[in-house]
Amino acid sequence: MTPPAGSLLSAEQLRKAYGPTLALDGAEFSIHPGEVVAVMGPSGSGKSTLLHCLAGIVTPDSGTITYNGHELSAMSDAQRSALRRSEFGFVFQFGQLVPELTCVENVALPLRLNGTPRKAAERTALSWMERLEVGDLRKKRPGEVSGGQGQRVAVARSLVTSPRVLFADEPTGALDSLNGERVMELLTEAARSTNAAVVLVTHEARVAAYSDREIVVRDGKSRDMERAV
Amino acid sequence: MSIGHTLLGLLESGPRHGYDLKRAFDEKFGHDRPLHYGQVYSTMSRLLKNGLVVVDGVETGGGPERKRYAITDDGITDVQRWLGTPEKPEPYLQSTLYTKVVLALLTRRDATEVLDTQRSEHLRSMRILTDRKRKGDLADQLICDHALFHLEADLRWLELTAARLDKLREAVAR
Repeated sequence: MTPPAGSLLSAEQLRKAYGPTLALDGAEFSIHPGEVVAVMGPSGSGKSTLLHCLAGIVTPDSGTITYNGHELSAMSDAQRSALRRSEFGFVFQFGQLVPELTCVENVALPLRLNGTPRKAAERTALSWMERLEVGDLRKKRPGEVSGGQGQRVAVARSLVTSPRVLFADEPTGALDSLNGERVMELLTEAARSTNAAVVLVTHEARVAAYSDREIVVRDGKSRDMERAV
Repeated sequence: MSIGHTLLGLLESGPRHGYDLKRAFDEKFGHDRPLHYGQVYSTMSRLLKNGLVVVDGVETGGGPERKRYAITDDGITDVQRWLGTPEKPEPYLQSTLYTKVVLALLTRRDATEVLDTQRSEHLRSMRILTDRKRKGDLADQLICDHALFHLEADLRWLELTAARLDKLREAVAR
């Protein structure tokens, strides 16, 4: 099958089972550069599995995922890892910062793993932290900052490599309304300014309202609401 | 809530007299606000005039004439269109949305589709408000927040109803 024209990342007929449980049952997806797409659906509907497949973390049992004209299944594990480090960014609900490192070292980590020298990596990291309004926390460790601040540090880290696709799985799930809102504002602004595509998994309507469109996943099947209307 | 569309939907399972229609309406949707006979007959004459129902038979007995109504193809199309069109997101929609979902189940249509279409319409409004909030001052933010929280409450109801559709299907089939 051919991916939709102009799409940066797309999936066709994805199936994935965990033992007897069918997590994905023919799910479809596509996203363009600069687009924010919310993936919604009840708990256990398969939305996180869809995100993990799209990001090359989980291999589907069948179906095709195409990123920038290349099929993910045709890549080696090493190539997929390199893709995740350099072209993809990740934000999760919590527990993603390394507690032993300072905030700026955490943000610089993806650049360091890609071979950027420490000083240059931390300079870029600090500019992203300032953009996310947490520049003054650079020397603190994750245990010394609030949940909302920690999440902004995590968003800065996800953007530090200027990824082409940002995967955000319930990025505000552990935050109060005001902090959650600010994180979403900063995340979408930063992504739009770099033309990154954002795959946003959420069950919260107020978070999904920051997206350009939504797809609904239910029982492992997806429904693109823009195309359905 | 549209009484006309609800009565039309009830006729999809087969022709009924005005009295049966009122009883079915009160049982399924009336709760604390039963229909008046006058409302049923004025609604039926409007539907008749618009070609959405026909008189399927008239019974004459000791009392007044009793007309039996049947839905037409145009009537079925009209119900389909109503169910497929999302409501304008505004507070206190619950009774209309509840009616649409129950009617979709009663007429063996896809109730999930009704809920999904409505969710999408609500999200569209929420995106507009979120954008306005982002560009506005504090007063804009507070006004938009109020509307956003109300829409969010509707959406939570939509999600919960979607999760309970199987139970609701069993309940309306009784």
